[in-house]
Amino acid sequence: MTSLPKPSDSPQLGLVIDLDICVGCHACAVNCKEWNSGGHSAPMTDWNAYSGTESQDGDDVGAWGVWFNRVHTYEVNEGPQSRTVHFPRSCLHCEEPACVTVCPTGASYKREEDGIVLVNPDTCIGCKLCSWACPYGAREYDQTDGVMKKCTLCIDKIYNENLEEVDRVPACVSTCPAGARHFGDLSDPDSDVSILVSDRQGYDLLPELGYKPTNKYLPPRPRRDHLSKEQEQVSIVDMANSDGSYESNETNNPLLKWVDAVLSR
Amino acid sequence: MHPAFSVIFFTSASGAGYGLLTFLGLFATLDWLPLNAPFNLSVITLALVLITAGLLSSTAHLGHPERAWRALSQWRSSWLSREGVFAIITYIPASIFWLAGGFPNHIATDWEFWGLAAGLCSIITIFCTAQIYASLKTIPQWNSVFVPLVYLLIGLLDGILIITFFTILFDLFVANLSWVIIVITSLAGVVKLAYWRAADKPSGPTSATATGLSDGSESVALLDAPTTSENFVMREMGFRIARKHSLKLRKITFITLFFTPATAATVILFSQTEAIILISSLLALVAAGIGTIVERWLFFAEAKHVVTLFYGTKSL
Repeated sequence: MTSLPKPSDSPQLGLVIDLDICVGCHACAVNCKEWNSGGHSAPMTDWNAYSGTESQDGDDVGAWGVWFNRVHTYEVNEGPQSRTVHFPRSCLHCEEPACVTVCPTGASYKREEDGIVLVNPDTCIGCKLCSWACPYGAREYDQTDGVMKKCTLCIDKIYNENLEEVDRVPACVSTCPAGARHFGDLSDPDSDVSILVSDRQGYDLLPELGYKPTNKYLPPRPRRDHLSKEQEQVSIVDMANSDGSYESNETNNPLLKWVDAVLSR
Repeated sequence: MHPAFSVIFFTSASGAGYGLLTFLGLFATLDWLPLNAPFNLSVITLALVLITAGLLSSTAHLGHPERAWRALSQWRSSWLSREGVFAIITYIPASIFWLAGGFPNHIATDWEFWGLAAGLCSIITIFCTAQIYASLKTIPQWNSVFVPLVYLLIGLLDGILIITFFTILFDLFVANLSWVIIVITSLAGVVKLAYWRAADKPSGPTSATATGLSDGSESVALLDAPTTSENFVMREMGFRIARKHSLKLRKITFITLFFTPATAATVILFSQTEAIILISSLLALVAAGIGTIVERWLFFAEAKHVVTLFYGTKSL
């Protein structure tokens, strides 16, 4: 049924992505592909995977295939003030997903018990309308299977009792080497992810469209040169200099400067 | 948006078929057309062929056409599903209208009633088709009341042009038909111009607000795309046409779809020569056929999707 479940107290599972920490390594996207190649929506088909065999898919240039998770890299602002931001993008498991309501067959649905948005590959007719209705580009069509595929929030991992409890998180979260991805119940204001969102002013993507995404993004922290004097943390070099017993302190020592920089973060 | 030919043909052909049915039902009720069996048989059959060919074509772009029947189930939430349901419902009055109009000596039924019912269902079906697109908030230029208006008016325009051609062929022409053409082309032309005007205004989010990385005072530019080659989203949603082609194609649409039929209708109204009248009505029909396809192609090709903002487009 493509009508949405009624609002309830059940959990809304989702991701919190920290744009301040993400280093743009694409490990989340790769491990997503790896896990889901054997998961709920398997296979994650590729076409022209090794390039150079363009006859296989007609007008193609280069390799392409189904991925649930993609990492974009943006340059914010210009010139010396510019900043590079890596931006992982996947299904946001919206509270009011238009991709579900436009589905003519009922293959797209939102689970009442945890808010995860899924596609039933046995009833999907491959009309692609859900991909048109999604503003986030979360849905990708598998032209080999003839059905739409999307992030399952690793539904076959997060509830998998054969795994250690610590591993029952989506593949993108468990693999992130920088700890930029967090998984949890965003409907519970006391959950770790909700606290993180409120502490760091996490935000919704395209809130004006009204789909109420569950996933939240944590904005990059302001640049150092934007900080006011009060916000600036006292450097250990300053502390050393202010302390009479360290008069001979080597303030030009690059190692000390580096330690200073790291500890000042 | 990627202009899939099967969908362009579907909306054009079915739209014309439904427009044709609408006017046939209306004219039967208004007594503008006599109960002429060969004429009715030709025209109602043509309407049903156009509708059926369009609907079959629409299943061609599906990944699983054999599961198309499932699309009838979600009419509570999905305009695509509603469209399918009404397309099938329309066949019931349309078939009775075909029998009653084509075989009046064998079928004794109220053909005006069934014609009107078929026409009403036709209008609802066109409206549902247009709402599939107009309901998408992700494509700001489609998310407008102009879309159902344009779909309805162009379907009706193609329908009245087919009727006019056949009435001339069967020697049943009445001058009112020309006036209807002139009214519909004028309305459709104005609404389409208004659609283009609205579509050209930049609207909706920008790359800065979509990513949430800037309040608009700082630029946000794509430095690295997620993939070196084009993925599904870029192919399906990122179709672009050069601005100059877009303008040329709009001119072609305007001339073939609105100007030519209106001029031909005026010629038909005032000409006394049978050959000129027949050629004019045929010319109007062919021009509008081309115009409808170009208009529909542009409708898809010019539409910009919000997701392209994540893939390097700065604004819509």
